[in-house]
Amino acid sequence: MSAAVETKDQAHHEDGDHHGHSPFQAHHFETMQQQFDAGKLGIWLFLFTEILMFSGLFCAYLIYRYNHPEVFLYAHKQLDTTMGAINTVVLIVSSLSMAWAVRAAQLSQKKLLVFMLSVTLALAGVFLVIKYFEYTHKFDIGLFTGRSNVMYQLQHPDESDHNRELYDSAIAAEHEEEAEHKEEEAHAVAEAEQEDEHPDEHSDSHASSHGDSHGHGHGGPEQFLDAPRNTQIFFGIYYMMTGLHGFHIVFGMVAIGWLLYRSIRGDFSSEYFGPVDYVGLYWHLVDLIWIYLFPLLYLIRS
Amino acid sequence: MSTITPETQTATGHNDDPSSNYLTCTSGFMSWAFTLDHKRIGVMYLVGIFAAFFLGGVLALMLRMHLLVPGGLFPDWMVSLDGYNQLFTLHGAVMTFLFIIPSIPGSLGNFVLPLMVGAKDVAFPRMNLASFHLWVFGAIFFLIALVTTGLDTGWTFYTPYSIETQTNVIAATIGAFILGFSSIFTGLNFIVTVNTMRPPGMTWFKMPLFMWAIYATAIIQILATPVLGITLLLLMGERLLGIGIFDPSMGGDPVLFQHFFWFYSHPAVYIMILPAMGIMSELMSVYSRKPIFGYTFIAYSSIAIALLGFLVWGHHMFVSGQSPMAAVIFSGLTFSVSIPSAIKVFNWTATMYKGSINLATPMCYALSFIFLFSIGGLTGLFLGALATDIHLHDTYFVVAHFHYVMMGGTVIAFVGGLYHWWPKMFGVMYNEFFGRLFCAVVFFGFNLTFLPQFVMGSRGMPRRYATYVEEYQIFHVLSTIGALTLGIGMVGAMAVLVVSLFKGRKAPANPWGAATLEWTCTSPPPYYNFEHAPHVDSPYDYSDLKYDAQIGGYVKDPNAPKKSGSDHH
Amino acid sequence: MLSLLADSMFFPPERSTVAGTVDGLFDFIYYLSLFFFVLIVGAMVYFVMKYYQRPGHTEQPSPSHNETLEITWSVIPSILVGVIFFFGFTEYLNMREPPENAYEIQVIASKWNWVFKYPNGAESSDLHIPVNRDVKFLLQSQDVLHSFYIPAFRIKMDCVPARYTSTWTRATETTGSGLDESSHKPLRLFCAEYCGQQHSIMHRKVFVHDTAEFDQWAEKAANILENNPPEVAGEILFKRKGCAQCHSVDGDNSAKYPGPPLNGQWGTERQVIPRGSSSPKTVTMDENYVRQSIRQPNSEIVVGRKPGMTVFTPQLLKDEEITAIIAYLKTLK
Repeated sequence: MSAAVETKDQAHHEDGDHHGHSPFQAHHFETMQQQFDAGKLGIWLFLFTEILMFSGLFCAYLIYRYNHPEVFLYAHKQLDTTMGAINTVVLIVSSLSMAWAVRAAQLSQKKLLVFMLSVTLALAGVFLVIKYFEYTHKFDIGLFTGRSNVMYQLQHPDESDHNRELYDSAIAAEHEEEAEHKEEEAHAVAEAEQEDEHPDEHSDSHASSHGDSHGHGHGGPEQFLDAPRNTQIFFGIYYMMTGLHGFHIVFGMVAIGWLLYRSIRGDFSSEYFGPVDYVGLYWHLVDLIWIYLFPLLYLIRS
Repeated sequence: MSTITPETQTATGHNDDPSSNYLTCTSGFMSWAFTLDHKRIGVMYLVGIFAAFFLGGVLALMLRMHLLVPGGLFPDWMVSLDGYNQLFTLHGAVMTFLFIIPSIPGSLGNFVLPLMVGAKDVAFPRMNLASFHLWVFGAIFFLIALVTTGLDTGWTFYTPYSIETQTNVIAATIGAFILGFSSIFTGLNFIVTVNTMRPPGMTWFKMPLFMWAIYATAIIQILATPVLGITLLLLMGERLLGIGIFDPSMGGDPVLFQHFFWFYSHPAVYIMILPAMGIMSELMSVYSRKPIFGYTFIAYSSIAIALLGFLVWGHHMFVSGQSPMAAVIFSGLTFSVSIPSAIKVFNWTATMYKGSINLATPMCYALSFIFLFSIGGLTGLFLGALATDIHLHDTYFVVAHFHYVMMGGTVIAFVGGLYHWWPKMFGVMYNEFFGRLFCAVVFFGFNLTFLPQFVMGSRGMPRRYATYVEEYQIFHVLSTIGALTLGIGMVGAMAVLVVSLFKGRKAPANPWGAATLEWTCTSPPPYYNFEHAPHVDSPYDYSDLKYDAQIGGYVKDPNAPKKSGSDHH
Repeated sequence: MLSLLADSMFFPPERSTVAGTVDGLFDFIYYLSLFFFVLIVGAMVYFVMKYYQRPGHTEQPSPSHNETLEITWSVIPSILVGVIFFFGFTEYLNMREPPENAYEIQVIASKWNWVFKYPNGAESSDLHIPVNRDVKFLLQSQDVLHSFYIPAFRIKMDCVPARYTSTWTRATETTGSGLDESSHKPLRLFCAEYCGQQHSIMHRKVFVHDTAEFDQWAEKAANILENNPPEVAGEILFKRKGCAQCHSVDGDNSAKYPGPPLNGQWGTERQVIPRGSSSPKTVTMDENYVRQSIRQPNSEIVVGRKPGMTVFTPQLLKDEEITAIIAYLKTLK
């Protein structure tokens, strides 16, 4: 795509200090084309290292998915597929706007370039906001890593007093729920006969019986009593993968912000658009990694 | 991101003065610390890594002194059991991450490679500077680990011990992580430089073999280092968040860490040795005044080593409980990687045939290299063979083996290369007599240190022991005496170079009669290296170089019959 | 002379059925390497002596490559390493595959202690095995990686937490006769994988008995609690379970012993810091304190000490055994 646009290194003569070359040509390059090719090769190599870095995580993922399929099957239900899907769309659209921005730079369309970079930056922000909500929801119900994970704590009541308390309250809540469930069934029979007034009554009794902070009906830790062992590892992998990816998004936002600043300043044109192209490639890679992360983490079938 | 910096402008201003060179064109701390000049970055790397080498060396001497008697020489308050564990860990970590991995690419590679391609700089000078700055940050993190609670995991950070130890694993892993990026930046720069900045006429097979070696090294740096990065990140996650991937008490697998770690760290030993092999190819040819024998085989063998090196990591884990099938496959692949190294040794030796061998100091180091690297390589056969490795694994035999390859190989070639390019780097000649003398001391001390370790290793002495049973004492005593000799030799070898800075006579442009491009510019080179892109000759054709006694160096002989083309294809 | 070097210098004695084969392969590689080493270094020295730079000598033209030669010296080493590889892996497969009906000893490694459990219930901290019988070692680790290494048998295998590994051997010679350990010249057993502070003293003795004598030993070792008064049984257990590795019983408080000395401590008071707390509290050393310190050693740490003691679960140390150790501690003055 970008190779189609010829860079004309002799075109710029207004700044005479660099042997009559473009002001953006570094002194050690012979031509703008050489500089562009070097940058392009450089960014591709860098992307290669990024892929290898993530491949370590994918490897860890594969090994644990293979060794503990039940963990992945159980734990992925805690991830919000809708939010993940929205984020996937957000990133794909941002990839499009980034590609458009590269095109705009190649055609010296400054306004369009600025606009497209802004759109990309905004979409990246949207992605992070959604991610933030996903993370905080998990933190709220205790899905941390390792020993802080509520599932691990429920499975190891002997490890600390806190774990014991949590376990006891979860068991109590579960018994209550079972009782309620039976009650509910009984009510359901009754409901068939007298439909009104009953639902309100039920929800009242429900709320009053779960006054403490641990039990919120089906949202409390008791829902995790049936978790398979070592489920916390899934969350370790989840946070490492999405966390590292999130860090790459942040880094990409910094880079796009820098491009935005330079494009407003008017640095880019059909003779010199390398940085836009390089950041674009990086951004596509970050999107691509998410496109793998999403099904691997959110959409697991047995 | 304007590329016009104060230095380049100043340098441009000074460039017309013929006596000006890259060392004198500007001065002041900032002109060095933030320079974009590959030569200055190379020199700063040189200073940095020798500081690390000195630190690692002092730690090594303390280790060896402590092992002089079975119960440990130093009293408990000086070197306790924990203290000893910290000493060997820091010795290994400092030597590996701070010294030997960046050594040749960072210093000689940075200095020489752009000159060899006749370029003004590497492709990305800023990234090159960032690489050095990252090295400094990495070193700072290692120093933080050193002065806080230390590090006692062994340089390999094996889990689960590295998860539960109280020492400062976090600082050390952050340091190693940062150094990984430093290494990636260097490698990336070299690949792009070699690919895009070669002068017209320098085809792939007219490149000096040092460039081939650095290129092969850079491939490994790019492919392997990211995996180390993620491994260290996971280890940090393990300690800070308890993610559990490597922690058996959380359902994780500690052996998986070893796979991840060695997937990087085995190729990393080729990051260490390949550049040394590149130096050897230059030295053997220049000082024999013969074109290198079998250029094509040597060039391809570098690439073969780089690629095969990725397939053999499992040979570090023959007794880790991996399946016998995996062990057999890894053993077979390990032997396959020994062949390209053997080819190189044969070719270097054959290069001397019918030559005119100049026994200058760099050649003395090169000859030492062949002796020591042959021992290092051949003892690798004992470790690659499964049945013998079971017995020798994790004993002093392994310690001796990798010191013969890493120190007897890489460090000796590095010092040889340093003596070779020293006149070019600083424009001075050193004292040949003392240069050779300390080379001999190093050679003797090295063998005395590590030959006894082969014997005690095969007799069953495990590594990383602070105290040992009495029957091994004689070998430890010999080894310690050798280590002290080696230490004296190394300090002496460095002193010869440092003294030359003040007392050495001025170096001619080409003191050794080498035919690669860096010798066509003045010593030391001007800021811009070459005013015009130089003419590319065959890198190993010495027929038109003639010794001129008046200037003490070689000059082009205008009368020499110029061979057309090259001796090789 | 070189063969003398190779045979007597490089190896500990050969005491297992595989040792001879392993050493044979070692010798084969050794002579092969020696041949190539002499060849390379010899050629190098010869060239230096013949072609060193001197007045009147200049380089002479010679081909800069010779494909036949180069292919030859690529192919011959390839064949030779192929041979080494073949012998190496066939013998290795034999070493990895324990014979059927082997006598099975459980090896439990922990920081920094070895426990050997025998089929009849006996336990020991030094290894005892019968001669001329296949013995399989089932290896486990309680905490970090360790490695089970007996040089005289040429065997080594890592002990990995949360996983079983195994190795086997067949000893060819006894180390002496009689149940008295001083009449033996024991072999050495090392921990070969770095495991922390006391890695270097995690080595033990290996005794090889003849078959009848071994049965006798195992019988006696199985019943220490029944056959001895509690304080004597306690002393045996104190050594066998590795307590003596970290706690002196003669008041030695140097860094050699990471744990506090245990003599003269019974009934005395000490300051401890409970886990998760920062202020010390005072406790008296009594039966319950000792029991808790063994079962949950990290719940309370004596002021000035570091946590790090092995957690002795009932699997590692039974309640009756703790009682015996308490009886022994009471006798220490």
